[in-house]
Order: sequence, then C-alpha cells, then structure tokens
Amino acid sequence: MAKRVAMTGNEAMAEAMRQINPDVVAAYPITPATEIVQIFSSFVADGLIDTEFVNAESEHSAMSACIGSAAAGARTMTSTSSQGLGLMWEMLYIASGLRLPIVMAEVNRALSAPINIHCDHSDTMGARDAGWIQIFSENAQEAYDNMIQAVRIAERVLLPIMVTTDGFIISHGMETMELLSDDEVKGFIGEYKPQHSILDVEHPITVGAIDFTDYYFEHKRQQIEAMNTAIPHIVEIGKEFAQLSGRGYDLIEGYMLEDAKIAIVALGSTVGTARVVVDELRNKGIKAGLLKIRVFRPFPAKEIADVLQHVKTIAVMDRSDGVNGRGGPVFGEILAALYFLIERPIVVNYIYGLGGRDTDMKQIQDVYKYLKIVAAGGLLNDRPAEYLGVRE
Amino acid sequence: MAKLKDLSKKQELLSGGHRACAGCAHPIAIRQILMAANMPVVIGCATGCLEVTTTIFPYTAWKVPFIHSAFENSAATVSGVETAYRALKKRGKLDKDIKFIALGGDGGTYDIGFQSLSGAMERGHNMIYICLDNGAYMNTGIQRSSATPKGAHTTTSPAGKVIPGKREFRKDMTSCMIAHNIPYIAQAVPSMWNDLVTKVQKAIAVDGPAFINILVPCRLGWGYPPEDTIEIGREAITSCYWPLYEVENGKYKITHAIKEKTSIADWMKKQVRFKHLFNPGNESILEEIQARIDQDWERLNELCKM
Amino acid sequence: MKTLGWKGLPIGGLILEGGTAQQYITGGWRTMRPVIDTEKCINCLTCWCYCPDSSIRVENEKITGFDLDHCKGCGICAKECPPKVQAIRMVAESEIRG
Ligand code: SF4
Ligand code: SF4
Repeated sequence: MAKRVAMTGNEAMAEAMRQINPDVVAAYPITPATEIVQIFSSFVADGLIDTEFVNAESEHSAMSACIGSAAAGARTMTSTSSQGLGLMWEMLYIASGLRLPIVMAEVNRALSAPINIHCDHSDTMGARDAGWIQIFSENAQEAYDNMIQAVRIAERVLLPIMVTTDGFIISHGMETMELLSDDEVKGFIGEYKPQHSILDVEHPITVGAIDFTDYYFEHKRQQIEAMNTAIPHIVEIGKEFAQLSGRGYDLIEGYMLEDAKIAIVALGSTVGTARVVVDELRNKGIKAGLLKIRVFRPFPAKEIADVLQHVKTIAVMDRSDGVNGRGGPVFGEILAALYFLIERPIVVNYIYGLGGRDTDMKQIQDVYKYLKIVAAGGLLNDRPAEYLGVRE
Repeated sequence: MAKLKDLSKKQELLSGGHRACAGCAHPIAIRQILMAANMPVVIGCATGCLEVTTTIFPYTAWKVPFIHSAFENSAATVSGVETAYRALKKRGKLDKDIKFIALGGDGGTYDIGFQSLSGAMERGHNMIYICLDNGAYMNTGIQRSSATPKGAHTTTSPAGKVIPGKREFRKDMTSCMIAHNIPYIAQAVPSMWNDLVTKVQKAIAVDGPAFINILVPCRLGWGYPPEDTIEIGREAITSCYWPLYEVENGKYKITHAIKEKTSIADWMKKQVRFKHLFNPGNESILEEIQARIDQDWERLNELCKM
Repeated sequence: MKTLGWKGLPIGGLILEGGTAQQYITGGWRTMRPVIDTEKCINCLTCWCYCPDSSIRVENEKITGFDLDHCKGCGICAKECPPKVQAIRMVAESEIRG
C-alpha cells in the first residue's frame, strides 16, 4: 500500500537511497545537496541501513572512491551539486569510460563566478557530454521515482547516471508524494551482479589501462553505442516502474501537444509552471502545448521530432547559456533533432532563471505570446536567444 | 627475515614485456613489493611512469587485480575499493582476506595527490600507500616536483645562466605522513631488498593505513648508466639522502645503520642532473645541501632516541 | 594479439587477463646481452631479485638462464653479481648476432 508523505526533494532522494541501501556511498557535502548526504549519514549512524559511507575530503575524491568501489563490483551512489560536480569533472569521464554503473543524486545549481547557490542548469549541462545518463525531475515525487529506476538503468546498460532536481525549488520545497514500501523497492532493483570485479583475485583484471591511437577510438565507439542503445532500456524500466507504482515514465512527456500550434520545451521544475499556463491558454481556446524532456542523455531526438513535427512555433527554454554559442544547450539539441524533418517548425530560444532568478507565470505567458506572434507570421528576430526576466 | 631462495619459489606477479626503460627501478620495487605480499593484494596506481609502462592496452604486466583511474587520486580510488571490500564482506558476498595497495609517483603523492592521500589516511582505510619517488615528473619528460632535490636540473627547473637548477629543498613527505599519526610509516630503497620486503610485510600486517616512501632511481631523469640503478640507490642510503627508517606506532627506528657516511657531493657527481653544481661558483650550494642532510640526519637520530 | 574492433573488445577498456604483457617482446631493445658462467655462479639470486624485467629464470633455487624475449640488457644483473663472483658478463648483441 503506497504511503503518502510530505517531503522535500532532498528528503525524497535520501529516502530513495535508504530504500536502495547501496553497498557504498562516497560523498562530500555541498549546498543545496548537503541534506541528502546529511540525512543519509544519519540513516547509517542510526543503523537503519548497513551501507558503508565514505566521508570523502572533496568531490574529486568522492567520485574517485565511487569509481574504485564500482570497479570492485559494489552498488555505489553519491550526491553533489554545482562546483562539486565541477570538481568531479575529470572523474565523470573516467566513470563512464570505465562503464561503471554509479548513481548520483545531483541538485542543479549555478556555477561560480559570481558564486551563487541557487538553481540553474549550468552544472548539469556542462556535464552533458561526460557519458553519463542524465534524468531531470520535475518535482520531489519524480526525483524519488527516478532514483529507484536509475539503479536498474545503470546496472542494465553499465553506464553511470545522474538524477537531477532543481536546487531549492525542488530540493527544499515540501510536497506531498507517495513512497513505495522498502520491500517493493528491494524487489524492483533486485540484486546487483557485476560482470567483473577487481576483488576477484583469482581472475586478475586490469582496469584503466592506457590506449594508444590503436584502441582509444574503438573503446569510445563502444561507449557511445552503450549510450545509444540505452534508450529502449530506459523506456522498458519506466514501464515496469509504472506497473509497480502506478506512475508511468517515458523519455519525454508531452502535454496538450497533439493538436498544439505553439509549444514550449522545458526540463525540470519549470515544466510545472508551464503546465498551468498551458491550461490557462487552452481555456481561452489557444492551442498551446508543452514538451517535458525527462531524459536528456541519451538524447531522445527521434521521439522529440515525432511529437514536435506538427507544431508551428516552439520555444526552447534553457536554464543555462552557452556564452556566445548559438543559443543554449537544449536549443542546439532540439534544432538538431528537428533538422531532418522535411517541414520544420520555427524554433526560438529563451535563456531564463540563471542563478535562481524566479520564473513566474507571467514570464511563461510572455513566451507563449511571442510564439503566437511568430506563428502568425510576425517578426522573428535573428538574435541567438532571448533573455527572460533579466534587467536591462 | 625473508630469503631470496624462498621468495624465488613464489609466482612472479609482474611479467616481463612492460615498457619501462632498461634499468628502471620501478619494476624492481614492484617485484619486491609483490614478493613480500603473503596474501592476495589488489593494486591501485596513479597516472605516471609505472602505470603507463605496465598497462599499455591490451598488454598488462600485472598478474594481480589492478586499477588506475587518474593522477591525483590513487589513495581516494583505493579507499573506494577497500570500502567496497568491507561492504561486500559484511554482506556475505565475499570471504577472502585481501590487502589493498595504492601506488603513486612523487608527483601523484607529494604534489597533485597530496590531498587525496591525506584524506584517505585520516579516514583510516585498511590500505598501504606506497610512493615511488623518482624525484620529478619523469613520465612527461622530467619536470620538477616538490620531491625534486635542491640543485637538480629538470626541464622546468633548468640549470640556466642565472638560476642553477631547483632552488628549493625537497618536501619531507615522510614526515608529513608521520604527522597523520597512522600506525606504520617507512622509507625504503629497492637496493636493500630485504629491508624493503620486511617493511612491506610489516605494513601488510597493520590493521589500518600505512605509508611507505620508496626511492626509485631514474636513470633517465637523474642521468646515469642503467646498470647503476641499484648502486646509486645504495649510495642514497649511505649518504643519508634517503635514510632507511620506520615509525611504528609513533616509535622511530633507523633500520639500516650507517657505518660510514658518504658525502652527498660524491653521490651527486654520478648524476647528470647535478653536473652544473660542480662548476666553480656553486660550492656554497653543495655546502648548503650537505648541511641540510647532516641536520636532518641528526634530527632523525634524536627522534630515534625518544 | 589480434587487433579487435569495437564490437569485439571487452567493455570499459578492461584487460580481462593478467600478465598479457608477456606477449609483448622487449628483447629487441637490447644492445648488450647478459651471459652467465654457471660454473662461477653461486646461486645467491641477487641478480634475479634486481632484474627490472623479470627476465632471470630460477628453478629450484638455481639460475637457469635469461628470458631473452624480455631482457632489455640493462646490465644490472652483471653489476650486482657479487664482486668476488662476477658470473655474468654483458656481451654486445652485434658480437653474438654477427
Ligand atoms: S640485463 Fe637487465 S633486464 Fe636483462 S636480465 Fe640482466 S637485469 Fe634483467
Ligand atoms: S648474482 Fe651472480 S652469483 Fe648470484 S645468482 Fe646471479 S649470477 Fe649467480
């Protein structure tokens, strides 16, 4: 029987970690993810779980310890945010290159400078090409559900995975949500049986060998393929999770998209706000829609093109900027996904919410307003992106 | 005390066919470390000469499990392996006794990996950290590290027209580790195989963290003929550049008494990296180096009396 | 060793077997070759202990020869053989090969 509780995103992620009861967690505290580590260490201290917890002296060492642990065949998790993810950078690529199924609870936060502890997606987006599966959560419920699915996905495709929430907005926002029972989680994730382990002293393997020009490309090609072929596995595990919880998960989630003329594409907590605006517009008879991207890596380009192809004008919402790239990172991906269509929608880019700048309904309404003008053949400027909610 | 005859009956755990330079001290040290191990070991290694030369895909010289992840994190990586081992053992998924050895060069230990080593030692992981100190970043072409001795020419502390090689004394890494109050710390050189093997065995027997700093002469970076590797290591001991000692639960002990201390200049003369110091005008540098060695040696003897 | 494509390689760059470097021949690096006089050798095994390339063969506590596929000819064995024994000589490869 599902249990209804009130929890913050951080509490929900820590609770998922308790129920998963991994072999090893190695982490370092950082705002706004600190609570996840705090709550988790109290679970360990109180004997609620028997995970071995490593209080690393930095995020770099936390990820290094995770790599060692995962290479030893242990179910391994961590948590971080922002600068912490930045300090892990080097090790993120090594974790994925070594094909280690590490699960990370990541709380999206802006990168310094100026130092800022609030939400944007520049940390996670910066890591988008590090070979990690990336799943964005809209709220605490999803953060919890995604964490549980992440274990299965990572261990199935042998790639590391980060589940993200939006700093403070989700991480510290209290919500009512449903929890599975400990047994249900245990049954869903199952037992982890690693293919290889450096603890197998009878069959000594070498992990982390050096490749010259003769093998590096092949190893990378193989890793890319693992990411490409992860898509059906993520879908399948999402369906299985729906059977257990009643909450279905797919790569993307369309809202009022079928007959939409104008639509917004967004990730994370902003989707919730946009959904309300869509309802409002629909009440007024405006054919507005919304596309939520849940899985950003691997990027579900085909699925996105399928659901967006009939939409006239689209605004892609980026909560990070490429700093003089042509628009934000999500924008670039969406354009690439749509490029192969014979008739392409018009796509504009909005950079919003940097450093935790509040994104309210009014701002989202303005975006739809602009889309309407463009859809009606109105002025389309040639700027790479519009900036929403910034003072001139 | 170990006997070579007995050790020679054990399985060779580092194969030939690695790409270390002819006469390199790294594989000599590793062979002695693996010979010493009287139980299964898992090795972690920082990026550097040893890692690069022994694990060129698809060839590995290691016949024990081996993991390399990056440069600055050998201790952190192995702390993860050791933690996983404890977790899996606790959960009944493993029953073997295994010892964990993290390796790093002087760059990976004294410099870029200092923090991760300090953290792992403070957390008390049951592992041995062994630094293989050849006194510079040899793998990338002989750049200075904080382990490089004063006066040495490296490619980033070159002996130039105004600056005569590295200006600073080397960091006393072994003392830094002693300050961590871990159960066992030692210095060794492969030239004294028996001393090295004994120390590794002691470190293995410790339930908790141990640190061994091993001097590995580098014929390329130091500039001497390859056959002299063992001899030059021996003279590092007799000149007191690298005294053989250990600190067991806080108690200092010199493990190899020096009957006749040789002069540091004699040792340096055999190495091209110090050649410029023998030009007229550089006498004071040699004196300074000798004075520091004398002072350190005296201090070590005092500490042993405590 | 066969050069495999990406579909055939073990994942994650792993090497699934220990000691495969044995298959890589470094003997070609050698310009000088160690030659032992077994009459003189007292089997102290010092040379075996200090060989960086695991290239001195010992069976039943006795030196039986060199692994010339891997010996790089560094000369440590010859130099470290006790001064009173000096059972190993380094001979130029050119002399042997002609
Ligand atoms: S010459 Fe060097 S590599 Fe060859 S057997 Fe002697 S010590 Fe070993
Ligand atoms: S060092 Fe000399 S005497 Fe000793 S085993 Fe080797 S060849 Fe024989």
